[in-house]
Amino acid sequence: MTVDITANPYKADFPLLANNPDLAFLDSAATAQRPACVLDAQKEFYETMNSNPLRGLYSLSIQATKAIEDARASIAAFIGATDPDQIAFTRNTSESLNLLALSYAPTVLQPGDEVVISIMEHHSNLIPWQQACRNAGATLVYLRPDDQGVITDEEIQAKIGPKTKIVSIAQVSNVLGVENPVKKICDVAHSFGAVVFVDGAQSVPHMTVNVADLGCDAFAFSGHKVFGPMGIGVLWGTRQLLEAMPPLYTGGEMIEYVSETEATWAPIPTKFEAGTQDAAGIAGLAAAIAYVNDKGMDALAAREAALVQEAFTRLTQLPYIQIIGPDDPAAHHGVISFNIEGIHPHDVASIMDSANVAIRAGHHCAQPLLAWLGVESCCRASLAFYNDRKDIDRLIEAVELVWRIFHGA
Amino acid sequence: MGLESIYQGALMEHNAYPTCKYPLEEATHSHEGVNPSCGDDITVSMIIEDGVIQEAAFDGHGCAISQASADIMAELITDKTVEEARDLSANFLAMIRGEKLTDEQMEALGDATELESISRMPARVKCAQLAWRTLDEILSEGEQPAE
Repeated sequence: MTVDITANPYKADFPLLANNPDLAFLDSAATAQRPACVLDAQKEFYETMNSNPLRGLYSLSIQATKAIEDARASIAAFIGATDPDQIAFTRNTSESLNLLALSYAPTVLQPGDEVVISIMEHHSNLIPWQQACRNAGATLVYLRPDDQGVITDEEIQAKIGPKTKIVSIAQVSNVLGVENPVKKICDVAHSFGAVVFVDGAQSVPHMTVNVADLGCDAFAFSGHKVFGPMGIGVLWGTRQLLEAMPPLYTGGEMIEYVSETEATWAPIPTKFEAGTQDAAGIAGLAAAIAYVNDKGMDALAAREAALVQEAFTRLTQLPYIQIIGPDDPAAHHGVISFNIEGIHPHDVASIMDSANVAIRAGHHCAQPLLAWLGVESCCRASLAFYNDRKDIDRLIEAVELVWRIFHGA
Repeated sequence: MGLESIYQGALMEHNAYPTCKYPLEEATHSHEGVNPSCGDDITVSMIIEDGVIQEAAFDGHGCAISQASADIMAELITDKTVEEARDLSANFLAMIRGEKLTDEQMEALGDATELESISRMPARVKCAQLAWRTLDEILSEGEQPAE
């Protein structure tokens, strides 16, 4: 498919980008921009149906409840889940993963058991398992990729075994951009009776995800990275897992019966949703998903791949650029991490900022990965379909500016 | 643009050709300073005799701002008394916080005044501060020798 990355039919939909025509926003892996329809959906919730969902018996509350449940159904369909009841709302991916580590892990982990993650995990899919292992006397085992970012079959066979109780893995790495072999990992883990949790924060914005096809037991993602509002996240789980897992937070609405001395829980997903939820955020996330569905994930992904290809090719033509991650741009899924020889990433990002190019610099919440790669920190340009050729021109010009400032013309 | 202008003159000179960046084996005082969020990691070392900083040096790694600031500082405090170094550091940190210094105070800071505009770069303030904060930690330990 040929894609015209010079034209940009999307930018006008995104108020922040439309209001800042000179900004090259290349940090969508940290948080994406939101289209106007998302902001409108949040406003519409408060203006037309604001009331506490699930509680009221009057029509406004019933309307608010319906908005949440419709959203739940569209979010379920978006990730290939058949049953909306298996979608629990959280604040973000971190909270979803913490819920699994704090509520599920203690029900299965025994001293000597193993939890398997990969070295490329974001801290949010790493520290919860460090803590869970420490609390249970279990061991944290790391899958390590080869020099192209691939977790090989041999690595999977070597690390996942009879002691493995939980595997938790990013579908796409926020630093290397690679897609991990989640299906294969599920097959091997399940053959040993272990469950597999997937951090989908960096995959959901870039590809069609189907949890049934992946075969995982739970899947977490954040609304704000998929063009939705900040502060709304999702945890999908198999019915069996969610029903067996105790709630983490207790309180309003998550109960069935409460007496002076005990309580029973509401069915899933309500038992995981104590207190009033961010209903406007949920409506906003549903609007973001409707936007992506309307434009078509395949078309958006194809455009993004063309943008990555262009940026990658032009960056690698500069002799002083070191790419962190695979040599094949098609393996990068929106993310290009790099260093400029001899120049600290924070200096790079500061100078680029002066040229109105927003990139991320630092350890990208993946300190163990960078330590393992022998890199102290790096720069990361991350793209989304709303970027265009001009943004990439500005990126390259800014990189050249950094080099000139440090090394003369 | 203001930000670009930081990356010139004394800052680029001290970053590219530091005069005080080396391990000071005979140091009487030494302290490590780290900015965990950016990975800047330097060690400031000094030989202090009779209340005078006979020699000051730093070692480690970090961004151009942290490295240049450390080099400028080490150069500036060499041959100063501990008391003078404390004052210089207090004035430098005040300048980076955006406080106005007297002409006299600015003059005493020499090359370090070229970092003044970092007070308007909130994301980089801690890079400029690192060496000076580390110096303060040493000086606030009084005259106790380093281990």
